[in-house]
Amino acid sequence: MSVLVGKAGGENVVVRGARVIDPSEGIDAILDVRVDGGVIAALGDVESNGHRIVDGEGLTLAPAFVDPHVHLRTPGREDEETIASGTTAAAAGGYCAILAMPNTDPVVDSTDLLRGLRARALEEAAVPVGFAAAITVGQAGTQLTEMGELADAGAAAFTDDGRPVATAGLMRRALEYNAITDRPLALHCEEPSLTRGGHMHMGTVSAELGLGGWPSLGESLCVARELALAGDTGQPIHLMHLSARESIEHLRAAQAGGVRASAEVTPHHLCLTDEAVRSLDPNLKMNPPLGGPDDRAALVDAVRDGTIAAIATDHAPHSREEKDVPFEAAPFGVTGLETAFAALYTHLVRSGLLSLETLLERMSAGPASSFGLERPRIAVGAPANLVLLNLDATWRVREDRFRSLSANSWLLGKRLHGKVMTTIAAGRIAFQA
Amino acid sequence: MTDLHVLPGDLLPPVEPPRRHLLSVSDLSRADVERLLATARSFARSQERDTKKLPTLRGRLVLNLFFESSTRTSSSFELAAKRLSADTLSIKSAGSSVDKGESLRDTALTLSAYEPDVIVIRHPQIGAPQLVASVTQAHVVNAGDGKHQHPTQALLDLYAIHAELGRLEGLHVAIVGDVLHSRVARSLLQALQLVGARTTLVGPPPLVPRELGESSHDIGAIRDADVVYVLRMQRERMLEGANYVPSLREYTARWGVTPDRLRPGQRVMHPGPMNRGVEIDPRVADSDAALVVDQVRAGLVVRMAVLYDLLTTGPVLVEAAMEVA
Repeated sequence: MSVLVGKAGGENVVVRGARVIDPSEGIDAILDVRVDGGVIAALGDVESNGHRIVDGEGLTLAPAFVDPHVHLRTPGREDEETIASGTTAAAAGGYCAILAMPNTDPVVDSTDLLRGLRARALEEAAVPVGFAAAITVGQAGTQLTEMGELADAGAAAFTDDGRPVATAGLMRRALEYNAITDRPLALHCEEPSLTRGGHMHMGTVSAELGLGGWPSLGESLCVARELALAGDTGQPIHLMHLSARESIEHLRAAQAGGVRASAEVTPHHLCLTDEAVRSLDPNLKMNPPLGGPDDRAALVDAVRDGTIAAIATDHAPHSREEKDVPFEAAPFGVTGLETAFAALYTHLVRSGLLSLETLLERMSAGPASSFGLERPRIAVGAPANLVLLNLDATWRVREDRFRSLSANSWLLGKRLHGKVMTTIAAGRIAFQA
Repeated sequence: MTDLHVLPGDLLPPVEPPRRHLLSVSDLSRADVERLLATARSFARSQERDTKKLPTLRGRLVLNLFFESSTRTSSSFELAAKRLSADTLSIKSAGSSVDKGESLRDTALTLSAYEPDVIVIRHPQIGAPQLVASVTQAHVVNAGDGKHQHPTQALLDLYAIHAELGRLEGLHVAIVGDVLHSRVARSLLQALQLVGARTTLVGPPPLVPRELGESSHDIGAIRDADVVYVLRMQRERMLEGANYVPSLREYTARWGVTPDRLRPGQRVMHPGPMNRGVEIDPRVADSDAALVVDQVRAGLVVRMAVLYDLLTTGPVLVEAAMEVA
């Protein structure tokens, strides 16, 4: 069973004259790409065969993106996001697949709920979506979910995202037991006794603002614990939304020692530091919080050298009334699906910190392989999962333009370079600008 | 490692917040501070007359929005507005629509219908004045937001120190006690740095963030200072079970400001309300060295100066305004 569900597509289309880049396939050339019945059928100078033509001249065609960390807020908060709105936003962001987190209301911890979501996604989803299930019942941190049954019912991963697995003993048991499934265990690393009362990264800025500080150790202590348990049990883990330099140091050492650990980082942690919080804009409040300049530099380095293979948005929609409050009262979380590529292209690639190839790799092949999903690729015989980008276009992020039902973006009003023109997901045109 | 100490320009917050509000001491330049203090001194002279009311802000509306208990600050803002002939409306959260669950944004929008010229806000949550400033046309003055800022307190403290010692630059001020939870300390530190005074923070390690500058955990460090500024132990802002200090008894024994820990000639300040017998010995609080009442008096004229400064073009008009009176 595929863990991804969505509409099957059988598009016949030719993308003409784009610069085609697929770093994993070693392709970087001006090529035509022909898709027959949703499958890539020919590369090079191709006949149009009466197919629909998409003009790619001056544009860049790459494997579409994969986001392993999205909050679709369904069930429970359909006013903030639905399967339809969230996947439509994903399509507009260039994504051909996303994974939805289980910290909904109720929590996705039963096969009935999971099957219901998958059935709805088959009807509603604009791009294929996979649903992660919880590690513990109700994410309460005491009783393991029926991981075997949930995996059989199509759980894409297991995670208690939003909170850590409470104790080392329970985490160890989850790792041991999860050996019966082939699904990744994705971990939110946080030591609550250190992060309690924290609203932002602990450092000079928090001291000056008087906001409760969240020390780097609040993440890295738990990262060290999970890596030690993964090493001890020999089981793989995936570390979510890393934000601290110390976490990267632990991860790098563990990987070198043979621990099977993958990791992800968000666009906001790669683009911003805690300096930005001085504005007290509630859209700069997220969990984990924005780190200091050293943290940001370590994250960029880790993305560059592959220690972190995946960029994940942690798209976390919040209603206007939840975020239109003083910073200290605001909930954690920002949206990201529709701005991720442009934000990273603008602030990492154009500023020379990261190559375009590496960015494309970390937004597509990296997350796919971290979660055992089929890697989107530009090769004859592969399903068409393609994104057409205009790297020269600039656009302004506007609240009224989001496909997401929520607009709690850290980029409101900002001008960005790089625009998604077309997204083809699972052989179907999911988005056209 | 990549050097990323410089952020891309358009991701940084605005370099200079709009000067139309007083949300933080960081909104002010040294020149602003000196101008405000000079204006306050002019107003102090006007307050020595029999008729203390000036017509300067006649017809203006000052809205006081207090979501947290306050005696000194709310009364002095109200009186400052009245002495300048402005109309005042004072809303306290208890007994208002806030009790019925109205959001701060809605409260601010509702009261904006009266077109206030200035909104003075005190709120327990950091960022509340910024939120109000973003939804109204009024000038917003932060009268204290959580542990963040209380800029008019810092200005009145500078005023009181200057009135007593005749200068600010080069003075040494020791700030003693619960710095971590203190918006007064954060504002005052910035203000003292702005005018070229030296500061030392003194108190228990968990309550003195090392990022904020020169500090000591030894109460003996206050002996070098010209001014000893005593902070209140803010028990209401402390997380339960956080154990910042093992007990108030141990705090008082180690860091309480007592007569024997002071040297003759030192001045002692406290923003109030005081916990007598905890952070300050009653004999110190009631001594001639204590400037506590001077601070309250300074609060009135400094807040008059702030309201005046926000609503007029500048300090040059002060003397003229007083002539009319």
